Amino acid sequence: MEREHFSKLYDEELNDIREKLLEMGGKVELMISNSMKALVERNSELADRTIASDPGINQMEMEIDEKCIQVLARRQPAGRDLRFLTLALKIVTDLERIGDQCVNIANRAKELNEEPILKPYIDLPRMANWTSVMVKEALDAFVRGDEKLAMKVCKDDQFVDDLNVQIQRELLTFMMEDPGTITRSLRLNYISKYLERIADHATNVAEMVIFMVKGKDIRHTIPSTSDEK
Amino acid sequence: MKTKVKLEDLNVHFDKNHAVKGTTIDFGENSVTAIIGPSGCGKSTVLRSINRMHDLVPTAKVTGRILLDGINIYERTIDSVSIRRLVGMVFQKPNPFPAMSVYDNVIAGYKLNGRINKDEADELVESSLKRVALWDEVKDRLKANSMELSGGQQQRLCIARTIAVKPEVILMDEPASALDPLSTLKIEELIEGLKEKYTIVIVTHNMQQAARISDYTAFFYLGELIEFGETKKIFTTPDKKQTEDYITGRFG
Repeated sequence: MEREHFSKLYDEELNDIREKLLEMGGKVELMISNSMKALVERNSELADRTIASDPGINQMEMEIDEKCIQVLARRQPAGRDLRFLTLALKIVTDLERIGDQCVNIANRAKELNEEPILKPYIDLPRMANWTSVMVKEALDAFVRGDEKLAMKVCKDDQFVDDLNVQIQRELLTFMMEDPGTITRSLRLNYISKYLERIADHATNVAEMVIFMVKGKDIRHTIPSTSDEK
Repeated sequence: MKTKVKLEDLNVHFDKNHAVKGTTIDFGENSVTAIIGPSGCGKSTVLRSINRMHDLVPTAKVTGRILLDGINIYERTIDSVSIRRLVGMVFQKPNPFPAMSVYDNVIAGYKLNGRINKDEADELVESSLKRVALWDEVKDRLKANSMELSGGQQQRLCIARTIAVKPEVILMDEPASALDPLSTLKIEELIEGLKEKYTIVIVTHNMQQAARISDYTAFFYLGELIEFGETKKIFTTPDKKQTEDYITGRFG
């Protein structure tokens, strides 16, 4: 059980930041699933809505940044409070970038929806689902201070990297067989890459959670086979 | 880190009150060590034991050893006055000698230890006041009464008086807590410069101050040393939960 601060207001300020981050996390998770749905269900209207939700995410990023800076300036936090705040400042950046990647996916989906479907989408939704779970678990780990869950997220990143490589390989065969598929293949290739980037952002968050809990920096220590990070 | 002062199983009792319990700690040469902890944790008691100030308190009993360059300062053969010349002390409230001029204050301690001619005294006054960044402010009124200076200036004067006797270790007990923020920053900057020549141990209630100016931090609670380590670690990722709770404002 965590002790409270002498200043209740200080506790409230930190809780407010924690809740805002979770709210932002929930919104980007929705953006991931909606952008993928827009592709799989060929729903360009949903793609437009996903794109339109991005300014809200950007706004939240600025609000959370401002709150963190206020607490840093006024409370001079130390120890785990300091780690929490510096982490929050970084997490918002990752979440905001995830939002941007979802906009990219939605844009590619809109373009793909204008053309005949190249192939049934199986691995991409799987990858999106996996990636979305990583984002959710990274944030859960952050809220609960759960380093084991954070470590799992870091390890899961490998699976997404592998899927990305597999999808690229498959798309290459389409392009080699029929140059008429190149535009669509490249767009799908982009989407795979965007998802792989989202998983990297989730991994960043998880690594920072481990730092918050353990005070140990594990960034750039987990070997990865992905050569395109 | 070369050890300048070593506390070995230091215990201090005041009658039945066990104020410092079995503390062992190394203070590195040319470094600033901050001692932090809530009121009554024994931090000032530890500090005072390093220049044998408890000798003057009849109820105080000090056991264990305090080694200055490897020599136990509590050896019977060692005179407390000679220890206090090597280990200077700066107190919470600026305490210049009220009946003396700025000039006489600086050389007061030195005069107690021996004779000094006018040229040497002039040079000592100037170099000491320059070292505490007070020279430019008082060089035209060296003969003025020290009480005419501001609180921050008086405190720097006291530090000048301390370093004029050429100590090796300087102990500071809340040296800036009676000063305004700007004077506090001047004292802090001064401490940063002084460590080039001296070993400094400072007791402070102001944790941000400890975080700003010290190289090492010792956290005491109820007379016990809970954690000692590099300041950059203590204030970001301390090992002990008690330390973390204290520095984050959760108890104290």
